[in-house]
Amino acid sequence: MNSAIVTEHLVVVRGGRPILRDVSLQVATGSVTGLLGPSGSGKTTLMRAIVGAQRISGGSITVLGRPAGDRVLRSQIGYVTQAPSVYGDLSVTENLRYFARIVDAGDERIAAVLTTVGLDRHAQRLVATLSGGERARVSLATALLHEPPLLILDEPTVGLDPLLREELWATFHDVAHQGGTLLISSHSMEEAEECDALLLLREGALLAADTPDGLRARTGEHDLGRAFVRLVTDQQRAAAA
Amino acid sequence: MSARRTLATAGRVLRQIRHDPRTIALVLVVPPLLLALMDALLDGRPQAFQHVGPPLVGLFPFIVMFLVTSIAMLRERTTGTLERLMTLPLAKLDLLAGYGLAFGVLACAQATVAAAVAFGLLGLDASHGVLLVTVLAVANALLGMALGLFVSAFARTEFQAVQFMPALVMPQLLVCGLFVERSQMADWLQSVSQALPLTYAYDALARAVSPGQLGADFAFDVVVVVVVAVLALALGAATLRRSTA
Repeated sequence: MNSAIVTEHLVVVRGGRPILRDVSLQVATGSVTGLLGPSGSGKTTLMRAIVGAQRISGGSITVLGRPAGDRVLRSQIGYVTQAPSVYGDLSVTENLRYFARIVDAGDERIAAVLTTVGLDRHAQRLVATLSGGERARVSLATALLHEPPLLILDEPTVGLDPLLREELWATFHDVAHQGGTLLISSHSMEEAEECDALLLLREGALLAADTPDGLRARTGEHDLGRAFVRLVTDQQRAAAA
Repeated sequence: MSARRTLATAGRVLRQIRHDPRTIALVLVVPPLLLALMDALLDGRPQAFQHVGPPLVGLFPFIVMFLVTSIAMLRERTTGTLERLMTLPLAKLDLLAGYGLAFGVLACAQATVAAAVAFGLLGLDASHGVLLVTVLAVANALLGMALGLFVSAFARTEFQAVQFMPALVMPQLLVCGLFVERSQMADWLQSVSQALPLTYAYDALARAVSPGQLGADFAFDVVVVVVVAVLALALGAATLRRSTA
């Protein structure tokens, strides 16, 4: 079985409200898998559940062969939250050095990840003085330090200029070519094009799991955004009938 | 637990403080200024100044570290860094010990400056030595840190967190025996005083700066301060969750 992540009948209820309803999915090892859906569809909750930060109400999650939240997984997952979670009152390098010590990454990795996210020139800047996009890149860089086999990235490219976005996607594919697995959430259908596989989430339920081409074939729509709409309307029609 | 990660955390917290020179200046300068103010206020009543001055040297770090820790930990919670740390191979004890080390260093600096001013410039007496007062000050700082860490879990905003200072620290300061001797308090106030940790912190300091033997009572005071600090730290650790509902 070559799945980095498997969820079975996953249910998450928060504050009495179901956030994820019976989600069963798989993420193939060595793939770049896109997690797509409108905001409020449960993408972040699903990612938090996979990294073990979200308590689940039912079902199961297996990550790299272990139950989500297992202690061993803490050194194997790179998790980047949607809001940059780095220290604003430290410089870029000071942030990276701290996280490098925690994940046992060597100092040479700091320069390497700075280049990857295109922040070499800002290494000594205080994070609080960076722009939102730059701060997001510092946050991403910290997750790349120990080259974890699994990367969970929550909207990592929001607010980035197109050139840098393209470079980051090239990096993501490099990581996957070397055997790494990436689960990347986005609400941009443009980015869906970049993924090997897509998971479409809507109102806490899995609407479809397919490749971009598979999705096109299934819906007869060339544009992935339109394909998504088609899936939703088909489902609503089926429910009404 | 890993020494490397604990030290990395302590270094990180100290670096954050270093980027904030105004805070460092306030931490170091405010206690001596308040002591000087008190000296002026009690001009001509040296006995009164000798009664409140020396214990305050050891109590400032308690108050300051309580505040600093509750805000620092609240920030870790609200900016998402705590959640990230909890997904990484960092033991909760590494994080707490790292904070303890860093703030212990800060408390040491604060107590040293305050003690130098109090016992040097202002001519106060420390019968059992300035060093003992400084050591007690650091112990009190750790107690303040532990309590601050624990209560930060009950604050959603920084506004709420600062309110815990007057709510939880002021009453302890009022009934600890510094302003009114405990033997002169109403019975029920004496009982309240007896139940609060700062009373023991004050008592130890008062004994350390007065003539006479440091006996079993002093040892008991110190043990209470240390035990409560450890308990509060354990409670604080319980509020650091790897996963939330």
